[in-house]
Amino acid sequence: MTTTLSETTTPAGREHDPPDRPRRLAHRAGPADRVFRGVSRAGGLAVLLIMCLVGGFLLYRGWEALHVAGWSFFTTEEWAPEGGDFGIAAVLTGTLLIASVAIGIAVPLAIGTALYISEYAPGRLRRLLVNLVDLMAAVPSVVYGLWGAFLMEGSVLGVARWMSTWLGWLPPFAVEGVDPNDPLASETVYTRSTLLAGLVVAMMVTPIASSVMREVFSQAPVGEREGAYALGATRWGMIRAVVLPFGKGGMIGGTMLGLGRALGETIGVVMTISLVYEIQPHILQAGASSISALIANRYGDASPFAVSALMAAGLALFVLTLIVNLIASTIIARSRSGATGDA
Amino acid sequence: MTRELILPENAATSLVDEAETVTPTVPSASDERPRRRIGTARRGDAFAVSAAAAAAVGVGVLLFGYLTPFTGTLGFVVVTYLAFLGCYTLLVSLDDPGPAIRDRIASVAVHSLGFLVLAALIVVVVYTFIEGAGALPHLNFLTEDMSVTGPLDPLSGGGILHAAIGTLEQMAISLAVTVPLGIVCAVYLSEVKGGLTRFVRTIVEAMTALPSIVAGLFVFAAVVLVLDFGKSGFAASLAISVMMLPIIIRAADVVLRLVPQTLREASLTLGASQWRTVWHVVLPTARSGLTTSVILGAARGVGETSPVLLTAGFTKTLNIDPFSGPQVSLPLATYEFTRSPEPSMVARGFGTAATLMALVLILFVVARLIGGRGAGQLSPGQSRRRARSSRRDHRRFTSRAAPMKRPEETHVP
Repeated sequence: MTTTLSETTTPAGREHDPPDRPRRLAHRAGPADRVFRGVSRAGGLAVLLIMCLVGGFLLYRGWEALHVAGWSFFTTEEWAPEGGDFGIAAVLTGTLLIASVAIGIAVPLAIGTALYISEYAPGRLRRLLVNLVDLMAAVPSVVYGLWGAFLMEGSVLGVARWMSTWLGWLPPFAVEGVDPNDPLASETVYTRSTLLAGLVVAMMVTPIASSVMREVFSQAPVGEREGAYALGATRWGMIRAVVLPFGKGGMIGGTMLGLGRALGETIGVVMTISLVYEIQPHILQAGASSISALIANRYGDASPFAVSALMAAGLALFVLTLIVNLIASTIIARSRSGATGDA
Repeated sequence: MTRELILPENAATSLVDEAETVTPTVPSASDERPRRRIGTARRGDAFAVSAAAAAAVGVGVLLFGYLTPFTGTLGFVVVTYLAFLGCYTLLVSLDDPGPAIRDRIASVAVHSLGFLVLAALIVVVVYTFIEGAGALPHLNFLTEDMSVTGPLDPLSGGGILHAAIGTLEQMAISLAVTVPLGIVCAVYLSEVKGGLTRFVRTIVEAMTALPSIVAGLFVFAAVVLVLDFGKSGFAASLAISVMMLPIIIRAADVVLRLVPQTLREASLTLGASQWRTVWHVVLPTARSGLTTSVILGAARGVGETSPVLLTAGFTKTLNIDPFSGPQVSLPLATYEFTRSPEPSMVARGFGTAATLMALVLILFVVARLIGGRGAGQLSPGQSRRRARSSRRDHRRFTSRAAPMKRPEETHVP
């Protein structure tokens, strides 16, 4: 240490001195520090272990059922594990349908809310609105389920009848076994449908997607905003030219994050659909299916093999949400926000 | 000589001038010319909006009441809104060019989407409380369980004491598991940083989307079936913990990363070890944010139904021991009550949901009151306490410095 110092400071030593290298910073941690690091590392590893245990255990227990069913697990619509005839074709389709209805409703709402909060709302109101959207994410799903099952069911009925009457030529909106011209037709074919479940799930997804989008929108650079205004843009022109292109990553990421939540939502779906074990492509018709509702309805099945089959279904759902969520977090981190990336 | 005399005079007058000019000239200047308004709202806009709204309501009433056989509140709202958009476009297009029309319409659309979401939230919350008002006024609702009450009994008997106790115990156990583990893991992610940090963070982020039913299924298969623990409050709290852990870790990680790096460096420069830096600087600075993240995690955990559905079992009687026997919680009780076709049971379900909602609201408001401030910003009480301890330190230093002066003074002569 002292020798290098004297060498660099003396003018004579400068010529044959090697070029400046960064000083080697050796840091010897004390015993307390070492204990601290060990404990926190153990905490991190414990969390990692728990998380991997969930996936590993699902795979381990579901393997038996997957092994028995083979590839037909993905093509069978029935769910009768005792008879060896079970698969997730119906429930997986149902899950995706409910999630897409939810995303279809939630994304416009989320973009509108996020734009309103970040661009239109006056300063004082903004904080209140951010808090309200956060509160919306904290409302228990069972409360949304009650809202859907008891309040919205009646209103959705009319909408569903109207849509099936006028848009019935589109395959998803068709309803079988009903004559739109018959005024006395029973309306029960429209109840407890994929649409209702999607509406309930949309209420849970909107705040999640909206808060991601709002964060990204509000990080659109001020210079470019003012540049757009200086060129004579209206507010909407500025939003289209600056905020939306800048927030594209956040919008996609927020949507995917919402999709991940929508795929796994359970109790709101269980309370609003009547579960059927067949592919139900008509979103307005009574009867829908979802993996989470399947597990919630059938976990009481006593036989270990049935539980193993449910585990396999849960594993499929888990893998699906994991992929969606990883893509979402990658997109959000890559968008110019930097809110979630390593600073 | 004269110059030297004049200069100070000038200086003095200029000083006086400055002192005088600063205050009075500014208002006088603003008196001459009115301040320019920089807001974008014009008076005509309000007229256009209100006129379009009036016209739209008129069109809606005409269509639904007189001209066509349309019915339904929802249809009325939708038709009126479309009529409003049309009328507004027409009115704006009378005196504005194309881009301005698009701007106005986009503004109206964004406003209405935002208010639609808010209205939906308010409807959900208010509806729960209105429906719950049937059961909540009965005192026995919060002091009795359902052990002797059948589905046909009136609301004056039976209650949700068993569910409330269950929720409290399960949350206590979950918090006892998740708070230390979550904060230690967050400290690991933001302070210690090893080769695994990025991996752990990715896994934690992925786990925030873990479907709650899968968490429940995991605990059901691992703890209830394999370890043969039986359905119990403890199994339910483990399932809730699995759900809460990633939420708390992520929120706490964000909060810890907001602590200014300069504070850490200042502490390390003073010779503190890393452990002392974290314990005395980082964690106290982020205290309000950490509390908020824990409370928000708890608010999410309180409302989890599906993991509890699989792991807690169902009982109508009060079970104080979370380690043996089924134990019901508020969301689960809500779910089970509302599955019944009996109106009194459904009313109990809504009462339970209202109680749960109130609990979540309280937790949320408390979290916001505590965590409204960013890292390092102090509440009035905290800054008073800091000021007091700083004055104390100052007195201590001066009292120590005083005897030091005397030997120096004596030394000088």
